[in-house]
Amino acid sequence: MQFALLIYHSPEEFAMRKNDYNDPHLGAWRAYYKALVEAGVYVGADALEVPETGTTVRVKEGKRRVQDGPYADTKEQLAGFIILELPSVDAALEWAARCPGASLGAVEVRPLAPEAKRRGFTG
Amino acid sequence: MNEINQEDTHRTIERVARESYGRLVAYLSSRTRDVAGAEDALGNALVAALAHWPQDGVPQNPEAWLLTAARRSLIDVIRHQQVVLASEPTLQFLKESSTEAALSTEFPDERLKLLFVCAHPAIDPAMHTPLMLQTVLGLDAARIAQSFLIAPKTMGQRLFRAKTKIRSGGIPFEIPQERELPERLDAVLEAIYAAFGIGWDDMAGADQRRRDLAEEAIWLARVLLQLMPGEAEVQGLLALMLHCQARRPTRRGADGRYVPLSEQDPKQWSLPLIEEAERHLAEASKYGRPGRFQLEAAIQSVHAERGRSGRTDWAAIALFYEQLNRISPTIGRRTGYAAALAEANGAEDGLAVLDAIDQDAVSAYQPYWAVRAHLLQRLGKGPEAQHAYDRAIGLAEDPAVREFLLQKRG
Repeated sequence: MQFALLIYHSPEEFAMRKNDYNDPHLGAWRAYYKALVEAGVYVGADALEVPETGTTVRVKEGKRRVQDGPYADTKEQLAGFIILELPSVDAALEWAARCPGASLGAVEVRPLAPEAKRRGFTG
Repeated sequence: MNEINQEDTHRTIERVARESYGRLVAYLSSRTRDVAGAEDALGNALVAALAHWPQDGVPQNPEAWLLTAARRSLIDVIRHQQVVLASEPTLQFLKESSTEAALSTEFPDERLKLLFVCAHPAIDPAMHTPLMLQTVLGLDAARIAQSFLIAPKTMGQRLFRAKTKIRSGGIPFEIPQERELPERLDAVLEAIYAAFGIGWDDMAGADQRRRDLAEEAIWLARVLLQLMPGEAEVQGLLALMLHCQARRPTRRGADGRYVPLSEQDPKQWSLPLIEEAERHLAEASKYGRPGRFQLEAAIQSVHAERGRSGRTDWAAIALFYEQLNRISPTIGRRTGYAAALAEANGAEDGLAVLDAIDQDAVSAYQPYWAVRAHLLQRLGKGPEAQHAYDRAIGLAEDPAVREFLLQKRG
């Protein structure tokens, strides 16, 4: 079964990330990824740029609407995601608790839709 | 009634609920076999107490009052059901207890039977501890879910399923026969120790008002010891937990940083808890029946000894771990053995023990990597040590531990 760990950061955490390689948590993240890969559960992951760089698009009644900034107007914002292959949601919660993002902000665990369903979406 | 008295009454209800909850649930469910039904009935009785006691005053025998109210609630439930869903034993209990005059004053303590039911082999071992916490201590599913890192809804469903199994699976409310007692008792002790372990890991303890799981586990062990005074392993478990508890606050520096056992100041350890632990351990050893928990308590006792002698007898600890691994080897005990052996004989011997452990089994076991990193560093194997530190850091859940290891990694 595949699970997504959706990582949410506070504005302070994003601010720290801006100074490129000065992020004090870089070591913890790097170690976390290593542990995921070596435990054989890692499928993929990526980090997102800071929320201010986002642009939100909607098409309403045939009209395009473009808005500056991220979709959700919340204090904590999506900062990245990790996809893991795991036997159960219990194991996914365990890995989420070890994620540096869990002590810095929040990590949402969400199962990926089953593969057959995903193929339906993506053709 | 003025506010202060109201507050007093609320506190009395809280105290009665804490002291009597398990006894009442155990008594009711041992008669009805319906744990969920007993909990609901007692929940209603406590609500009734909150409504009546502030006005009428706290009854002379609060426990008997609650039991009568719970019984009334059971009757109400049956009356309001269109179809009678109550189990045969529940109806039988209500019939009998209506004539039982003794009910109003005294009732037997059935908590031991309830503990054995919670840790019955027919129930998923992962649910033994949550069941105990809920039925004997009255913790709610959401609180238990937090500690077990499970979604509250899921925990609620799992608890419900387990209770259904108790009701309809014919799990007997009885103390096991002598022949099967050691194994069954072991399951009870394991479940109590698991609660302690979870409380122990939960260092941050987000909400101080909430009763600490580690303390709850100690309380459960005390109840068990009271009910089974002659069992060496029960005393062993209690000694083990008291020893750990004695050092608990010293695991963090004033600035919140992680302090490993070897760097803790023994003067900060709680002497009364250590002394109590030692008393239990000494008493347990009189029975001449060594066991897993007595051995683990003995290891902690050696650590505590540093408070008096200023040194740690690592050879003794390694020996205790060896005995533990002979009883039943686990990754944790083998890792503990490796760490002790490294201190006693040198890092190379410890590393050899770690090398012999199956690599698949340790891919997500943090302490293994922490010990391995430490030993590799001592042997001057820089790159290998860094790799092991990364694994240990990546698997750590506690930010303070993560920070500690990051600094050691360099």
